[in-house]
Amino acid sequence: MRKQLKFVAIIGAIVVTLAWMGVSGVQQSATYYVTLEELMAMEDAGSKRIRVGGDVADGSIVRGADHVAFTLHQQDETMSAAKTLQVIYTGADPLPDTFRDKAQALCDGVLRADGTFEATKIQAKCASKYEAEPGEAAAPVYGSAADGTSD
Amino acid sequence: MENLGYLAVLLAFLLSAYATVAALAGKLRRNPFLELSAQRAVLAAWLMTTAASGILLHAILTDNFSFSYVASRSNSDLDLLYKVAAWWGGQEGSLLFWSWIAATYSFVAVYTGRSKHRSMISYVVAVMAATQAFFLGLVAFEANPFQVIMSGPQITSVPDGRGLNPLLQHPMMAIHPPMLYLGYVGFTVPFAFALASLITRQPGERWIHTTRVWTMVTWLFQSIGILLGARWAYVVLGWGGYWGWDPVENASLLPWITGTAFLHSVMMQEKKGMMKVWNILLISATFFLCIFGTMMTRGGLVSSVHAFAQSEIGSYFVWYLAVGIALTAYFILTRLDYLRSEAELESVVSRESSFLFNNVILLASCFAVLWGTLFPVLSEYFTGDKITVGAPFFNKVNVPIGLFLLFLTGVGPLFAWRRTSAESLRRNFQSPALAALTCLAALLAAGMRHFEALVCFSLCAFVTTTVLLEFYRGGRVIQRKQGANLAAAMVELTRRNTRRYGGYLVHMAIVLMFVGFAGAAFNIVHQEEMSVGDVIEVGPYEFQLQNLSEMDTPNYFRAVAAIDVSRRGEFLETLLPERRFYHASQQPTSRVDVRNRLREDVYVVYAGQSNDGASPVIQVYINPLVNWIWIGSLVLVIGTLVALVPSRRPRRPRRRRAPRLREGSVATAGD
Repeated sequence: MRKQLKFVAIIGAIVVTLAWMGVSGVQQSATYYVTLEELMAMEDAGSKRIRVGGDVADGSIVRGADHVAFTLHQQDETMSAAKTLQVIYTGADPLPDTFRDKAQALCDGVLRADGTFEATKIQAKCASKYEAEPGEAAAPVYGSAADGTSD
Repeated sequence: MENLGYLAVLLAFLLSAYATVAALAGKLRRNPFLELSAQRAVLAAWLMTTAASGILLHAILTDNFSFSYVASRSNSDLDLLYKVAAWWGGQEGSLLFWSWIAATYSFVAVYTGRSKHRSMISYVVAVMAATQAFFLGLVAFEANPFQVIMSGPQITSVPDGRGLNPLLQHPMMAIHPPMLYLGYVGFTVPFAFALASLITRQPGERWIHTTRVWTMVTWLFQSIGILLGARWAYVVLGWGGYWGWDPVENASLLPWITGTAFLHSVMMQEKKGMMKVWNILLISATFFLCIFGTMMTRGGLVSSVHAFAQSEIGSYFVWYLAVGIALTAYFILTRLDYLRSEAELESVVSRESSFLFNNVILLASCFAVLWGTLFPVLSEYFTGDKITVGAPFFNKVNVPIGLFLLFLTGVGPLFAWRRTSAESLRRNFQSPALAALTCLAALLAAGMRHFEALVCFSLCAFVTTTVLLEFYRGGRVIQRKQGANLAAAMVELTRRNTRRYGGYLVHMAIVLMFVGFAGAAFNIVHQEEMSVGDVIEVGPYEFQLQNLSEMDTPNYFRAVAAIDVSRRGEFLETLLPERRFYHASQQPTSRVDVRNRLREDVYVVYAGQSNDGASPVIQVYINPLVNWIWIGSLVLVIGTLVALVPSRRPRRPRRRRAPRLREGSVATAGD
């Protein structure tokens, strides 16, 4: 019995320690991942770390000496009007190669009291562009000849 | 051609489905002809997937841009190597590649194992063929790589393809995915053998041997895949690091962790008949985590920066996982009597309990990584807010886990089976503990104050000493008997028990990697806009931008910055980081240049243009000890290969030949 208790105690101690570290780790790095629309609707947005996703509005990128400003833009069928957000990037790293007009961008940072978003980290993705855009030259329709013939 | 290719995929799918059904029916109805035909269907399915892959590869290599897959993944000016890599560079092709590897594994596993495991091979066939049929079904009905570009009723083609993603155009990327796939898919084999032995209640240990060998093979591939991925991230992605806790990276790490746990705890089953339920759970978890990882990377469950292919195939995976897990759980629950333990734990200070703690810790790490990766999904489900956790979470949990594992790596071999006496503890711990304390004192004296790094380096000294002592003591025994020199005796020792000493080599590899990981505590990063002639100082180094040059190639446009690196005024070398702009995909990328030294790497990135576009932004990273990770990787590969070589029986005296002993019946020192 004493032996089993020992095992239980040791394993318990390990699990509790790790759980405690996990919780504090979550508190340190939890970031709310929202769309522009959700960010607008958030009430206590100013007090949280936020990652907001949207498209970089065409031609909105303004490069300054120590920051880059641009407009994040979101518009789809369910929304009556496009949502926009002014983002100021103040991070140290140069912006990723994929960060360009119309790219999808994820901005990590905080919402300032004046309604602009101060981003310290930006990820941009054009993987989806990579997937979806058909070849420009012949503007062909992608289809499958094999589907109908083989089965 | 496209029709032939698709036909081959469809036939392979039907053959795999047939193999599953025929193997089960043949086994249950005791019809050996059906069982044999299932095995032949496995071979035929392999031939069909090979044909399909060959056709796709042919289309890529001959620039057949009427295939929409080729048009979107390749272009005519792409190097040959990367054209081959385009096979797995996109969703459809990668699933075909997956299927082809699965078919190859099934074929090899079935034809090498069928005479040794006659009574259970049909279940092995069924499990493997079912998995293969699932993936071929996806290729056939959801992600067909043989689609052609249509313009109205006509097949047309585009003049040139859009090219492979430039980030993938690196030699490392041509090897990394195949290795990782070999790992991911490979875990099907040990899982199939373990499940089949459970279903048929296999007596004896032969199936454990087969399962273990296959686990080691796939574990090796998975390790190489992960490490190449880390290396690729380091030399290509240009952020100075090798591991970012990205969901895709985590997905590959999860089955590796459970696989590692299995490789350790299966020893308990072999030697003591313990932890049988646990082992079958571990190998099942490993397999399902592989499927889950594929779903995460291919199905778009968690968004990732480098998910190169995504689509809506996730729901099929959920079904496959649900059915698979339910069936596995059923077989475990109905066969608990077969899995009953033959011994129980006797002492907290024993080899058994060190294996147990090793498993608990590995599983905790696996759970933490899984939890963190799925945190956005889980938090959205339970609270409505999508919350992500980043590197701080993963590091906070996994750094102590890693250090504790390192500690166990050192103490495990010092404990005896069953229980360890205080006297042997004292004797065994003396030198390693002394080495650790010496190392700690030396580092403190040298001014190091970083807590985790101090712990890590001291533990590394500890483990290294235990491993060296194991080799030394074993070697001495042989040396005394045979009178050879010590080095030869150690080689002989390793050859007599490859698994044990190969395992120690892998432990040594882990130590070397931890040395490299700990180096990250002392990384320096600096970034500056530079004009030609400017000098910046980072750490002990000075960097001077000498000139900028530009050049155009058919595949990409490049701009190169020539930067002279010197250390305390003494010129070392010129680094040439470059920016490339790929014509086909219209994407820019950075190519880093690195000065590799055992002590530290000097890593220079031409990161981009300054915000006003006038001058280049140069990033400099000083990464101490990072090369030990790659050295450790090589040792890991060597150690695992050694462990895979069958052990040699001790050399007998020349004059009289002893009767042949059966494999495994020779006891070797200390085992």
